[in-house]
Amino acid sequence: MPDTLLFAMEAALNGLTAGVMYALVALGFVLIFKASGIFNFSQGVMALFAALTLVGLQTGQIPFSHLINAIFGTRMHHFGWTLPTVVAIAGTVVVMVIFAWAVERFIFRHLVNQEPIILFMATIGLAYFLEGFGDIMWGAEVKRLDVGLPQGMSGPVDDLTFAWFGYGFYMDRLEIWAALIASLLVISLVLFSQYTKQGRALRAVADDHQAALSVGISLRFIWVLVWSLAGIVALVAGMMWGAKSGVQFSLSLIALKALPVLILGGFTSIPGAIVGGLIIGVGEKLFDFFMQPIVGGATENWFAYMLALAFLLFRPQGLFGEKIIERV
Amino acid sequence: MLDARSEGYVTADGRQIGGVLMEMKNITLRFGGVVAIKDISFDIREGEIRAIIGPNGAGKSSMLNVISGFYHPQEGEVWYKGQRRPRMRPYQVAQQGIARTFQNIALFEGMSVLDNIMTGRLNHMRSGFLSQALWWGPAAREEAENREKVEKVIDFLEIQHIRKTPVRRLPYGLKKRVELARALAAEPSILLLDEPMAGMNVEEKEDMSRFILDVNDEFGTTIALIEHDMGVVMDLSDRVVVMDYGQKIGDGTPEEVRNNEEVIKAYLGVAHD
Amino acid sequence: MIYREAGDFKTSYAADNQTFPLRGDRLAYYLAVIFALGVVPFFINDYWANAIVIPFLIYTIAALGLNILIGYCGQLSLGTGAFMATGAYAAFKLTTAFPSLNIIFVIILAGVVTAGVGVAFGLPSLRIKGFYLAVATLAAQFFLIWLYTRTPWFFNYSPTGMISMPTRELFGYPVTGASATAVSGYLLCAVFLIASAWLARNLTRGTLGRQWMAIRDMDIAAEIIGVNPLRAKLSAFAVSSFLVGISGALFFTVYLGAAEAGESFGIDKSFLVLFMVIIGGLGSILGSFLGAFLLVVGPVLLKILLVNNLGWPTDVAAHLEIMIIGALIILFLVMEPHGLTALWRTIKEKLRLWPFPH
Repeated sequence: MPDTLLFAMEAALNGLTAGVMYALVALGFVLIFKASGIFNFSQGVMALFAALTLVGLQTGQIPFSHLINAIFGTRMHHFGWTLPTVVAIAGTVVVMVIFAWAVERFIFRHLVNQEPIILFMATIGLAYFLEGFGDIMWGAEVKRLDVGLPQGMSGPVDDLTFAWFGYGFYMDRLEIWAALIASLLVISLVLFSQYTKQGRALRAVADDHQAALSVGISLRFIWVLVWSLAGIVALVAGMMWGAKSGVQFSLSLIALKALPVLILGGFTSIPGAIVGGLIIGVGEKLFDFFMQPIVGGATENWFAYMLALAFLLFRPQGLFGEKIIERV
Repeated sequence: MLDARSEGYVTADGRQIGGVLMEMKNITLRFGGVVAIKDISFDIREGEIRAIIGPNGAGKSSMLNVISGFYHPQEGEVWYKGQRRPRMRPYQVAQQGIARTFQNIALFEGMSVLDNIMTGRLNHMRSGFLSQALWWGPAAREEAENREKVEKVIDFLEIQHIRKTPVRRLPYGLKKRVELARALAAEPSILLLDEPMAGMNVEEKEDMSRFILDVNDEFGTTIALIEHDMGVVMDLSDRVVVMDYGQKIGDGTPEEVRNNEEVIKAYLGVAHD
Repeated sequence: MIYREAGDFKTSYAADNQTFPLRGDRLAYYLAVIFALGVVPFFINDYWANAIVIPFLIYTIAALGLNILIGYCGQLSLGTGAFMATGAYAAFKLTTAFPSLNIIFVIILAGVVTAGVGVAFGLPSLRIKGFYLAVATLAAQFFLIWLYTRTPWFFNYSPTGMISMPTRELFGYPVTGASATAVSGYLLCAVFLIASAWLARNLTRGTLGRQWMAIRDMDIAAEIIGVNPLRAKLSAFAVSSFLVGISGALFFTVYLGAAEAGESFGIDKSFLVLFMVIIGGLGSILGSFLGAFLLVVGPVLLKILLVNNLGWPTDVAAHLEIMIIGALIILFLVMEPHGLTALWRTIKEKLRLWPFPH
């Protein structure tokens, strides 16, 4: 087998794991969009904020210490304790739920019946606010996140591919774990929405707002619920990405990558988000691999958007969406 | 220019109706497997008030959308001013002189009443981009000329007092009137009205009927309208098409339609009116 | 009672259609123009010009452009940064290829080039809308920036990958490059801004502007009453990109002097201009001025207050700044979707009745 093909396959495999990440963020988008019609631009910043909070709790950082130091001239940084990972994760979940409540209470309750585009712009504002808030609360320096997941080259993958092709593929163990945890998360979300009362309410609202309201489902509760779920999905995404490349601002940029993912998969389809994420993850790695000699690298910056653009022109409803008949 | 086959006729109140202005020939429209309109033919003559009536879901609105080019029928032909109309985009249909109103008012909510009505004039405005950008020469002149035409419509429909009010602040009845004004401002050859009385009280209905008759009377505008309020339609229109389940079940003067067996069975028999 | 329309009668439709129907407004406008061109140049110094005045003028042009697209035509764009970059790189290529070409023409041509690029990326708007279109413009943002930073032809093969503006003169005075003075740069930007605002106002009050607004308010109905959606949308993209391109060209030639696409025209620029439009008021010429003013002056004031007076670290102040901007956006969308312009209108209503409000 020619070497280029093997390298391309390795690139594709690595793209698959990046795709899992995109899919995770896209999943958060889909949850909120289905239940409320809000296109949540701040999903990526939520992932960053969740990861920052997790590190902060874990390492016992004092919240707002920079601000307090700036105002009072003190020099505090840490409480001096560290929390076990599980406790820190639980604490972060609580913070994300509070965040979800605040978002409903202070923003979207006041924007009911506004046009989607206004809601979208409000989430851009929210993204800015949360980014500044996260930085002020926990500091902006790049942080290391260690949640105890294994890292380094995966032996079995190397051995297996070596046995097959005579060339061992490099794959980070962390990425395999990320894929596993992501699938677990998706399965539990599906179970939740199929088999619990809240899940049924959620599906009812996604299907028909008015009808759901008329049978006594509280829209406010549903909104807090989906934003909380999206916060938890963001936490998982933030954990994975943070463990791989450190908790830093670039984390929030994966939100932008999730937009083309949604175009491909359709805005309301959970399988669509996953498949779209994988296609874009693999596609951009392969494209860059083959185009690098011709146009130079870094095509990952735009490949996803151009692919989405091409898609929009030929199949605007996405892979899994339904064709809309317009009426007057 | 008009179809030579027909000379027209004289209405009960003594108005002379001209030849065929528009003719629908064997129109069939499907959405997926659902047949919305099935093999319907009828004509609209110059100067007449033509009504299409039928119960909800009969396909009236679909018919109007076919006329205004929003839906494209799978089978059949539309003839307009003696020529077969090729498949067109809706704005091209509008440029041919067909204006319409909508069942669920489609005004431009962010604009003032005046600006809304001015949009009705846009097919009469020809000034170039540069002239508009510099607001010099043709653009400024054209704006004033068309404003004058629009003011006539505003006077005619008695909405002078709300001229500069943003449309979103108007009550329902006035919005309907502004929408009619926008369509009238286009000086159309055919004016299509999609349920002009829907949701109105008796007084507003009377006003609207008066305006429709006056428009036809004063400007000689050909009007095709959809209604399911039988009483109003019978008083207003010269000829009526009756639709039910996508099919035409009657066509003629209000008197003829009223005595048509099938129409009575399908429509009047169900204790409507 | 100082400010009112009573007694200010109009005898022709042309007079009724003018930009400032009230005499008070008209006077204020003339005074502002006289002040900007006749008074400011004598007092302006480098600090004021570079920290506040010139950025304000340039961003206002960009906000006017984006406002035409979003506020008037209803087409959301997140590619403003890349279109500014297009203007900047076009100006650079033009002025280095034709050194004798007058700087004014260079900047106008840069706007024309950007208009072309904008139309190309506006084509998808014929099939898609809302955030779908936002993704299409994001494609423009990332692709164009990548193109300008990766293709050496665009930066004339300079080893740093940056473009830098040579000195160009206008009426014998240097307006760009190291030897240019604050006054000349200021005057160039001010003239361009006045022309841009005038252009934007003319286009939005005529039949083209009404077609844009019709598309914005209800695109299907607009098409049925006779608006050609292709022409309306693409003309909005063209005019919008033209203005954004001019602002990008001025930003590079007059303000920065040297630039790199990724650094100076990234996605944060797109958002900044979008925020100016939202805060100032969607669909308002005046709003573009107010929004740009607030977002240029606000951060400067905040920095003076927090860093210079209270001695906070710069990074904490910077974080607080984006937090405040985000909160302002939400606040405006919740409280006053029509932005500062609507607040201004309310004040005028009050003034009209003052001092007898009942």
